[in-house]
Amino acid sequence: MSVFSPIIELGRGLGETFRSFVAEPTVTYQYPEEKRTVRQRYRGRHTLRRYENGLEKCIGCSLCAAACPSNAIFVEASENTDEKRFSPGQRYASTYEINMLRCIYCGFCEDACPTEAIVLGDNYELSFTDRRHAIYTKELLLEPVPVADMLTPRQTDAGVYTRSVPEMQDSTD
Amino acid sequence: MDWTVWLEITIKGAILCFILLGGFAYLTWYERRALARMQVRVGPNRAGPQGLLQPIADAVKLIFKEEYTPPHVYKVVFVIAPVLTVVSSLILAAVIPLGTSFNLFGREIWLYVSNINVGILYVMSIASVAVYGIVLAGWSSNNKYAMLGGIRSSAQMVSYELALGLCFTIAILLGNSMNLIDIVNAQRGLWFVVVQPVGALIFWIATLAEVNRAPFDMPEAEQELTAGFHSEYSGMKFALFFMAEYQKMIVVSMLLATLFFGGYLGPWVDQYPLLGPVYLFAKVIILLFGMIWVRATWPRIRYDRLMSFGWKILIPLTLALAFITATGILLAQELNNQIYFWSIPVLSIISLLIATAVVYHDLRRKAHGRI
Repeated sequence: MSVFSPIIELGRGLGETFRSFVAEPTVTYQYPEEKRTVRQRYRGRHTLRRYENGLEKCIGCSLCAAACPSNAIFVEASENTDEKRFSPGQRYASTYEINMLRCIYCGFCEDACPTEAIVLGDNYELSFTDRRHAIYTKELLLEPVPVADMLTPRQTDAGVYTRSVPEMQDSTD
Repeated sequence: MDWTVWLEITIKGAILCFILLGGFAYLTWYERRALARMQVRVGPNRAGPQGLLQPIADAVKLIFKEEYTPPHVYKVVFVIAPVLTVVSSLILAAVIPLGTSFNLFGREIWLYVSNINVGILYVMSIASVAVYGIVLAGWSSNNKYAMLGGIRSSAQMVSYELALGLCFTIAILLGNSMNLIDIVNAQRGLWFVVVQPVGALIFWIATLAEVNRAPFDMPEAEQELTAGFHSEYSGMKFALFFMAEYQKMIVVSMLLATLFFGGYLGPWVDQYPLLGPVYLFAKVIILLFGMIWVRATWPRIRYDRLMSFGWKILIPLTLALAFITATGILLAQELNNQIYFWSIPVLSIISLLIATAVVYHDLRRKAHGRI
């Protein structure tokens, strides 16, 4: 009878709360023992990637620094020679620093990079005790080599690695 | 009076204070955990096993917090107001019987601090004094919004005290005495909640409004919007207001258990008197769960509706209930027929349904714009 609806509706509300008290499992993640899996295209800590032959993908063009909305990236480029080769092509990034406190983890650098060198990964647990330790240098950012003897810088054959940016395989990708 | 009586009273008073202070701290834990579970999350569970040291962590934080007394407040009253609120909530528990009596060192020790033969009058008076703490806090803050918040809160408390007083009258009629111990003893056959369920319900609603608890916590919500009576308080003084609210919750739950739910009565309480406090504790825990359950479920009532509910719905309803109770008892005594006694719950439930219908039609009329 709807004329008693003030009491009936109050009672139904109480029933719903009681149901979630006894029957609904909590949605809390007990961090740090349990961590939620990150989403597929999650933007976390940066990594500078390498090719399968061990050469660095980064060519020091600083398009990422230009694209960064918060000016967090600092790039200085130098010339590659075949005796001391870091990356294919003429240029490599001799200084590459990202200020993790200025970075807003937007991924514009990843979108701007012509060689797909800088990518944002899954790690979000970054902490520093000093503001200066937040400036990640190239050593911290660079991906480890796939095989130990593919270290950069290394000597390569002359005339093989002349293109900085790889040939486009699929123009629609 | 010899020194043993003084010692006994002092020890009982100290134990009661410690029970209420510890109870307040762990009530905050119970509330946070239960409220969280109803909201499908876990409450505090990091500070100690199951978060049991969380209240201690909160207490330490509040003690170390900076206490800033603003320069524009009226200092004497500013300091006294929280003290008044807390003390009145503590001494309310002095007349509540926790059990019968037991023998210790050859003395018979009764499990209450004092046996005033007008215990209910004492309770009503102290509840009225508690309103002073709030209005003085608002006034001494020398801030027009705090003053208005204090006035609104105290107006709410005073309005619901009338319905509360009438519910006390119902309990007095049923128990035939103002002494809380006689009321508990009168419930040995049948708890008063069976005889007058609507009276217990209205008592509970009125005490929710007395302690400024959901769904009547508009003053508390206003504090979040910086327009409440304790917006100028910080640190330990704020902790005292907070403490007073939770202690009043515990004390009114004890009162409801004593007046309507049989107090310390339960199976085997005569052979083992120390089971009395255990039963009272269990009933208080269940009633507090009811308060927390209501906080998790019902939305806040708007202030003008809150006042109109208290004056226009609860007071006539409790007057009707008092009338029904008195008539039922009188008829049962005079005509020597127990059937009139059982008319009390039946007629009370009918009057509750009539009140609900009135509320429904009133809300519908307002919703359709025909004020």
